[in-house]
Amino acid sequence: MAEADDTGELLLTPLHALHVALGARMVPFAGYDMPVQYPTGIIKEHTATRVSAGLFDVSHMGQAHLQAEDGRHETVSAALETLIPAEILGLEHGQQRYSQLLNADGGILDDLMVTRPASAADDGRLLLVVNAACKEADYAHIAAKLPSGVSLHRLDDRALIAIQGPKAADAVAPHVPGAAGMAFMEARPGTFDGLDIHLSRSGYTGEDGYEISVASAHAETVWNTLAGDERVSPVGLGARDTLRLEAGLCLYGHDIDETTSPVEAGLLWSIGKRRREEGGFPGADRILREIADGPSRRRVGIRPSGRAPAREGTQIADTDGNGIGTVTSGGFGPTVGGPVAMGYVATEFAKPGTALQLMLRGRAEPAEVVKLPFVPPGFHRG
Amino acid sequence: MSMLRFTKDHEWVKVDGDEATVGITDYAQSQLGDVVYVELPDVGRSVTAGGEAAVVESVKAASEIYAPLTGEVSAVNDALADSPSTVNDDAEGSGWFMKIKFSDKGELDELMDEAAYKAFVEEQ
Repeated sequence: MAEADDTGELLLTPLHALHVALGARMVPFAGYDMPVQYPTGIIKEHTATRVSAGLFDVSHMGQAHLQAEDGRHETVSAALETLIPAEILGLEHGQQRYSQLLNADGGILDDLMVTRPASAADDGRLLLVVNAACKEADYAHIAAKLPSGVSLHRLDDRALIAIQGPKAADAVAPHVPGAAGMAFMEARPGTFDGLDIHLSRSGYTGEDGYEISVASAHAETVWNTLAGDERVSPVGLGARDTLRLEAGLCLYGHDIDETTSPVEAGLLWSIGKRRREEGGFPGADRILREIADGPSRRRVGIRPSGRAPAREGTQIADTDGNGIGTVTSGGFGPTVGGPVAMGYVATEFAKPGTALQLMLRGRAEPAEVVKLPFVPPGFHRG
Repeated sequence: MSMLRFTKDHEWVKVDGDEATVGITDYAQSQLGDVVYVELPDVGRSVTAGGEAAVVESVKAASEIYAPLTGEVSAVNDALADSPSTVNDDAEGSGWFMKIKFSDKGELDELMDEAAYKAFVEEQ
């Protein structure tokens, strides 16, 4: 997958030539030359995903296997649980879970998806999907911390294609037997018109949909087949960002980073009950203390009252003008039809309905804390 | 009789007597993508050639709009507040930003004519 671009050092996904042929505007992202938008534009791509189905190339993300030599789920789970706060031991076959790689201070090194193989014959393995910008550091971090008998294997020869939206299941069903019956956060091997794939019913838009992992050599076939469905539109990174922002999902390096804990970030739901009792993950001291006493700041949804978008870095003040936090993601929400933002505020200001001010170009603009997500999720609960 | 001029910041300037209508070019709107917000100066505000006069925001980012001429803002396109996408649909017509009563005719010589601007865009 990671071929060097001959005009520079940017990497290309297996679908790069297709994006260029579609007229996409290509931008550097996490070391890859990626489509930020197609000629349709960000708002149309966003809306297509909310009302029908969007097709995304997310092959830049890191796919890897964690493998225990003894073939036991307990062994590989124990190894990963030393690095993340999620319940992995208790994962069922074919179940996917969201978690975070933590540093010793309980800050977030990256967020990731972890899947237990659907077949008991593959026990002892976990499937990981990590962020593109973090993958080299993640792999080095994980490899350095693994006990003997557990090893990390990069799957650099695989593409990852997401299809998201209320019509995604209908578009995938004719090609992938059994896909329609999968539940949200279920994952398993399958076939796409006979080609071997691995798919999960999950994504990063707040909509129903799938992420399809396929050998790079077959990526164009899968993409072209799905893109050929009139219900499906190609969607670039621009709309991927507006979709996830409206869905209240964190973007690593913006809403979460090495200084933010999962508790501050509102990701407590992703920390397993047993893990809260036992600890045993990096930064457990801080995280368990924040669970008990409450964190000093929290990630919240913010709705500016006016029409001006509040971008990342915008200072947040209380109604008296005292600084209480910073916007970490913000812009225009096409489905909301106005500006939306997320940011961290001192905990006393985190309650939905709290009035805030945003410092925009030297002016204080009124805003309000709102419950996340900004748009109701369309997940398929099965 | 009006005269059309362009800036290196991809603004068009339509000059009628001592008043100039200012907007962003079709090339500029195509580069910005979907426009979602436009912030215009107050009527009566003094602006300086090359100084900040307005802000246009696309889904992705905010961009400053610079005054092409020194003078006083004599009108702004209030319709953009409710329909910023007019900038995408008709950048060089109903998507205009502001009118400036300009004070220094000499500044017009710094601007490009249509042929020069076309060549400038092709170099981009």
